[in-house]
Amino acid sequence: MSDFWIRFSRNKGALLGIAMLAAVILVALVAPLMFPKGPWQMVQRPFLTPFATEGLPLGTDTLGRNVAAGLAYGARVSLLVGLVSTLVALAIGVPLGAVAGYYGGWVDEAAMRFTEFFQTIPNFALAIVLVAIMEPTLTSITLAIAIVSWPPVARLVRAEVLSLKKREFVDAAQLAGLSNRRILLAQILPNAMSPIIVMASLMVATAILLESSLAFLGLGDPNIMSWGYMIGAARTVIRSAWWLSFFPGLAIVITVLALNLIGEGLNDAMNPHLNRKGRA
Amino acid sequence: MAIASTVLGRLLKAAITLLAIVVLNFLLIHAAPGDPAAVMAGEAGAADEKFIAQLRERFGLDQPLHVQLWNYVSNILQLDLGYSYRQGAPVLDLILERLPATLLLTLTAFGISLLFGVAMGVAASARVGKLGDSAITGVALLFYATPLYWAALMAVLVFSVWLGWLPGFGYETVGADYTGLARVLDILKHLILPAATLGLFFMAVYTRMTRASMLEVAQMDFVKTARAKGLPDKVIRRRHILRNALLPVVTLAGLQAGQLVGGAVLTETVFAWPGIGRLMFESLEARDYNTLLGVFLISAAMVILFNIVTDLVYRLIDPRIGATR
Amino acid sequence: MSETVLSIENLTLDLPKGADRAHAVHDLSFTLARGEVLCVVGESGSGKSMTANALMGLLPPAVKVSGGRAVFGGRDVLSLPEPERRALRGARIAMIFQEPMTALNPLLRIGEQIAEVFEAHNLHSPAERRARALALIEEVGLPDPQKIIRAYPFQLSGGQRQRAMIAMALALEPEILIADEPTTALDVTTQAQILDLIADIRQRHGMAVMFITHDFGVVAEIADRVIVMRYGEAVEAGPAREVLAEPRHDYTRRLLEAIPSNAVPRPERVTAAPALELRNLRKTYRTGGGWGRAAREVTAIDGISLSIAKGEVLGLVGESGSGKSTLGRAVVRLVDPDSGQILVGGEDMAALSPEALRRARRKVQMVFQDPYASLNPRSRILRSISDGPVAQGVPKQKAEARARELLEVVGLGADAADRYPHEFSGGQRQRIGIARALAMDPDLIIADEAVSALDVSIQAQVLDLLRDLRKRLGLSLLFITHDLRVAAQLCDRIAVMQKGRLVEIGPVDEVFLNPQDPYTRSLLAAVPGAEWADGGAARAEAV
Repeated sequence: MSDFWIRFSRNKGALLGIAMLAAVILVALVAPLMFPKGPWQMVQRPFLTPFATEGLPLGTDTLGRNVAAGLAYGARVSLLVGLVSTLVALAIGVPLGAVAGYYGGWVDEAAMRFTEFFQTIPNFALAIVLVAIMEPTLTSITLAIAIVSWPPVARLVRAEVLSLKKREFVDAAQLAGLSNRRILLAQILPNAMSPIIVMASLMVATAILLESSLAFLGLGDPNIMSWGYMIGAARTVIRSAWWLSFFPGLAIVITVLALNLIGEGLNDAMNPHLNRKGRA
Repeated sequence: MAIASTVLGRLLKAAITLLAIVVLNFLLIHAAPGDPAAVMAGEAGAADEKFIAQLRERFGLDQPLHVQLWNYVSNILQLDLGYSYRQGAPVLDLILERLPATLLLTLTAFGISLLFGVAMGVAASARVGKLGDSAITGVALLFYATPLYWAALMAVLVFSVWLGWLPGFGYETVGADYTGLARVLDILKHLILPAATLGLFFMAVYTRMTRASMLEVAQMDFVKTARAKGLPDKVIRRRHILRNALLPVVTLAGLQAGQLVGGAVLTETVFAWPGIGRLMFESLEARDYNTLLGVFLISAAMVILFNIVTDLVYRLIDPRIGATR
Repeated sequence: MSETVLSIENLTLDLPKGADRAHAVHDLSFTLARGEVLCVVGESGSGKSMTANALMGLLPPAVKVSGGRAVFGGRDVLSLPEPERRALRGARIAMIFQEPMTALNPLLRIGEQIAEVFEAHNLHSPAERRARALALIEEVGLPDPQKIIRAYPFQLSGGQRQRAMIAMALALEPEILIADEPTTALDVTTQAQILDLIADIRQRHGMAVMFITHDFGVVAEIADRVIVMRYGEAVEAGPAREVLAEPRHDYTRRLLEAIPSNAVPRPERVTAAPALELRNLRKTYRTGGGWGRAAREVTAIDGISLSIAKGEVLGLVGESGSGKSTLGRAVVRLVDPDSGQILVGGEDMAALSPEALRRARRKVQMVFQDPYASLNPRSRILRSISDGPVAQGVPKQKAEARARELLEVVGLGADAADRYPHEFSGGQRQRIGIARALAMDPDLIIADEAVSALDVSIQAQVLDLLRDLRKRLGLSLLFITHDLRVAAQLCDRIAVMQKGRLVEIGPVDEVFLNPQDPYTRSLLAAVPGAEWADGGAARAEAV
């Protein structure tokens, strides 16, 4: 593991990602302390430009709400939805892929047809339909994102298990008389962890993008301030108040970029032989 | 021969998938809170009792579930996607009217993103570890993290509002009544920003994939063979590395088709592009679920069709697939 | 001798910082004469391939030429600018590689890949290139040239692909052909054909061949002169006959001693009750099929019956695809046979339910081929060895104590138990694999190509260990190998498999000295350096 940290910390991009993500997490945590009135309260005249009014560094929106407060509270939703939906997607994808890859035969066939079906459906469109019909709440949004993002996990885990299953140490475990369950859980899956972790970190990023896109279309939880909602609400006034769309978008880019950088850093550190720098 | 039977097999699979989506739609309508008829009609339609009653009868909502399912499926098999009360037209007509605009937008975006993505990926891999590589991968990483709709909004702001170079709204100039070539040029002008911003994210995807794939293939034994023949680097890169490196990119491009169609909802919303994505957004706002599910079904069909095409393309480049030894 | 075409003077190649040594090759000098075959021999990591790559200008970017010259055609090729080196590559110095399966571009037709050599050097019209490609395909003895020229690599066998590679190398009549372990990945009969082809071409075209190999059998077969390399330095050089007969350097001597000779040891005739008895075992693989297409059937085990006595070592020999590995895996039920009986101590393993099988697993254990894949990289050695006994109900402490003891037995020391697999070399890992098998206290051990992935000297050590264990513990062993000479070293009886059938079985001396089946005879004839090794037998007896 120490090798891993040395390699990871040598990656400047990954460190930058960690720093950026840490900043976003910090803002999310202290939001209630910084803006005790919450993001919905009218604090001033609408359409105040940024950097002009004391105490309102990013100006006010169409209803006179503090844009900075909206950003801080929006971070909470983005991170929460990103994290939880990824965990749910892993909870669906990992067991399904592992069982399909390990047992093969009709189990594999059935599981993969099921996965393929979900992968064929345009996933953003499916998320829209799901959230629209279930009514937009934090739970339904998280669930919808999980439902559209688990298929790649299942495929990855299946492929990993298939290749690990062919290794001789798995044969040896069989000859040792270990049960299939134990071989899968104790011998195979631990060896498949690194690609799963890398994928998970990238999935959090994708989930944040998905959540913000849904909120942009008006499919956010109406009781919760989110970045996508802020951009969606400011869309029609882009000509007169560009900053209302600009800052939340920037927040999304920073967060997603940070997660992608971390994911790449993890990938390089965990698979040193597949170094993406290559050797030309 | 082999190709024909493959296409047949794929079409059969596609039909089954579409049928499954129809069933999924049916289940969703019933899973929604409230009276399915009211769901189908949309909230605004709830006022019109006559329409709701008509829907009830049409789906036989007083009949057992499997009969309802059968009615629903057989309606759709007859290409009857229902009626949009809000828009006052059959859903299928609404979709068909808007489909060409979406096809134009998504195919253009796909072409742009694949062309530039592969070119940038190749360029980056040729300069691996140098400044050019870092610049390209950096830009790709940035685009990869940028929400589609935000990129679209910012593009409107810069190129339309501030610079005034390009129209930021609509499919063609309203009221200009261009014909012939003038109209084509007008549409192209309107197409640039939506297609570019929709393609941006996917360009980033293809750039990263191409670069990684090029570097991986460059390590393979047959590349060493090619060098041992005395071939110039340029030929090795084009004929030996690129051709093999494109295989996973083609696979990925097929898988990304679904996301491209989904992304069109966002782009069309921002640019008021009159395609089925915009239709989906409008039906969301109006809670017109009948139209929403219709668009969902048709976009899934588009993706499936696209997947079949990618599959065939893959067969053309890789002789190993489908050949019997 | 005739004129010198290549002269290497004081060649030194630097490895990147942090490698296990500073130089890939250090102060190497030799010459290559027109028409001769020079074998560069060494174990893995000796720098033999690096030397070849340096000559071709195909070094990995991290390895740098830091000294010396390579004079070819009056010029130092190492200091030529890249365009001029490129003009030499393929035209005047050609090279073929070890892995014919991956050395050809999978997306281009064989004909295109051969014609490309002419294109690279701007020679001939496209039609002329094609005609010449056809002639080359014919020259290297590929069947049905008209078909081959349009074929893709995946449609060719390994031996055919290597022939195609040779056709490319021959295209421009180079003065030097560098062959980097070109037969290592091939079966013994295919290897013999490719060696013949290379010798034949050398004769006809008069080119110099620099042949890189780890196999002294191949050296004896083909070499005029030999250079033995170790850790990047030449330890011995001279005419092949002299080096083989009277090695001067200690390392060469040890390498030669490590080679299993054809001196067939007297087998022990064991007549005890059988440890394993196979009765009419069958296994057929079906692939493809469905959608109305016919399935392809491959019969891997075609009605095999044999028995292994307690305390006996049976060698199972065959080429790839003969079904020998499937047979080994079927005995331990890693593969389920279609029919037949597997009697171990009277119990039919083939008839056991999964649950009963799990308990009966103890009786037959396996030592695997790939030392890098056979240990779980995330488990400590102790756990890898004790997992099995613990699953069989042995108390954990007792199993762990036994594991440490067994590590001593296989010559590693008990403290190896607390380390992870990546801290061990290939040979050490095979010892761990043997300890793991012993930990289950089995009635029979199956060794599936257990020494094939190891360097010759390491191979000899592991074989010694097996011989020793057998003596001390009275092991019954099914020893599966493609290498007849290795089998002769260890086994009491030999069984020869071909296409799923047992073509011959008998005491080792009878099978070797008086083979009955024509296939066995052709296998024995194909072993490189057979005549020389026979001489070695006489030598060994004289010692």
